[in-house]
Amino acid sequence: MRSLETEGLVVELGGRTILAGVDLKLRRRQVTAIVGPNGAGKSTLMSCLAGLRRPDAGGVRLHGQPLARLNDRARARQIGYLPQSPEIAWTLDVHTFVRLGRTAHRGLFGETEADADAVQRALETTGMTAFAGRDVTTLSGGERARALIARALAGAPEWLLADEPLGGLDPAHQLDATEILRGFARAGGGVAVTLHDLAFAARTADRIVVLAEGRIIADGAPTQALNPDILQRAYGLEARWTAGAGGPLLDIVGRHA
Amino acid sequence: MTAARFTPKGERRWVDAALLALLVVLAGASLLAGRVWVPLDHFGAADDPRWMIITELRIPRTLLGVLVGGALGLCGATLQGYTRNPLADPGVLGVSSMAALGSVLTLYLPLTAASWLMPVFGMTGAGIGVAILLLLAAPSGEAVTFLLAGVILNTIASAGVALALSLAPNPWAASEIMTWLMGSLTDRSILDVRAVAPFVLIGGALLCTAGRALDAMTLGEVGARALGVSLRRTQLLVAVGVGLACGAATSVTGMIGFVGLITPHLLRPLVGSRPGRLLLPSALAGASLLLAADILVRIIPGANEVRLGVAMAALGGPFFLFLLISNRRRLA
Repeated sequence: MRSLETEGLVVELGGRTILAGVDLKLRRRQVTAIVGPNGAGKSTLMSCLAGLRRPDAGGVRLHGQPLARLNDRARARQIGYLPQSPEIAWTLDVHTFVRLGRTAHRGLFGETEADADAVQRALETTGMTAFAGRDVTTLSGGERARALIARALAGAPEWLLADEPLGGLDPAHQLDATEILRGFARAGGGVAVTLHDLAFAARTADRIVVLAEGRIIADGAPTQALNPDILQRAYGLEARWTAGAGGPLLDIVGRHA
Repeated sequence: MTAARFTPKGERRWVDAALLALLVVLAGASLLAGRVWVPLDHFGAADDPRWMIITELRIPRTLLGVLVGGALGLCGATLQGYTRNPLADPGVLGVSSMAALGSVLTLYLPLTAASWLMPVFGMTGAGIGVAILLLLAAPSGEAVTFLLAGVILNTIASAGVALALSLAPNPWAASEIMTWLMGSLTDRSILDVRAVAPFVLIGGALLCTAGRALDAMTLGEVGARALGVSLRRTQLLVAVGVGLACGAATSVTGMIGFVGLITPHLLRPLVGSRPGRLLLPSALAGASLLLAADILVRIIPGANEVRLGVAMAALGGPFFLFLLISNRRRLA
């Protein structure tokens, strides 16, 4: 069974419990949105899933095997990770930047034909081919988000973990970026993405996981996971589902009185 | 018409070829130039005393220039990539100062032993410096801690050198320390070349294998780890590589600054900013830069030769200022 899952994941930081026993199984061909208020532990959960943080208890399994037992390169070839605030230290052109995604595949010297093809494909998938020569630091927010996703896709991972990839994007660019992630899932990959916009998450994700105070309090299809009770518990918000033209719509009324 | 596939700056192989050609030309010039010019038709004439100058002095001097300049350029490019800071330089890490401290201490030993012990002590100093660096910075594997540890080490080692100077056993030792601190390729023999070449070459080879990891470091430490790069392994590689290459180089020529700082900056417009791509050209250009400066100090007329370290500092100081001003303008 190909899956990426956590078992009783506990993370403590400076005496505070960030994750208090999280069991989550990600599936392929699915976009899983992880939502929850600030400080709920979303980013910590993502970095544990990516194998970048060692939990204090519990663990992460990739296809049934403990993730911690994989070496760094083998792990990186299977799991692509987009950090919340990506750092780009040097002014690189988009092509060179996307090529960094091949790091775990590259030998000691030079790149192979497969590397070049993967980069080209990633640029095409994200519609960034025309931007290949542009400085990555001069891109607009939307272009930059696509360049970041292209970098992750170039590594041809099976799993893609994106920590708030839509921050600061306008609605049209949010849709573009999500469509790329959905395409990745349709092609057989597994996607987990943390989001803040609940209505947007409800419209675009196949499955929603609600995290509050380090625990999963709901997990399921959008209408089921984002029910009024859960939203009140997690955020203290009053919300309801209404009938929209294209299906049910999440309507956030305001703070719960 | 199909759009031409984009070719990044990094794929300009001609830059490396041009740099290599430049280095060959400068190495040739370095054999010819100096107080005594040796015409080409006198080359190989065993009975000509001028040929002695070539074999005994200028060949070692040129080889050392290539080795030391190459090591400094490579170390500079590596450290800038590793710390993601365009102002990093081997001097910043304190490895140069530790090598200096080690070498300076030999002047306290009996005179006869001092000459051949100097490189040995220099490299030992550099080695101890690297060990201290790793001890201070290794648990986290973070570049900032590494840089900070380097700055602290540099301060301590410089204080040690100053102390050695003020406590100098005799005026001769004091003046020797001073001259040596200014850095020079003068009066080095083939024995010096033999002593440092293996260390510079091994250190350089280690650093060249770090290219892929340095590229990934562009995305920050988290980004690099996500790409499968081990931060601790990279740190060890950088520390040992820089310790060997830069430590050995410094132990035989004294402190020569700025080569490591300037070289990568000169090359970024040509081959782009990808750190791994800068390594080889930085080694070639660093060697050329040092040879050019050394030729210059030899042919400048005057009673005494201008010290190479002084010449490089005179060149590097204004460059450093220019860098700061243009950085400030960009931020403004």
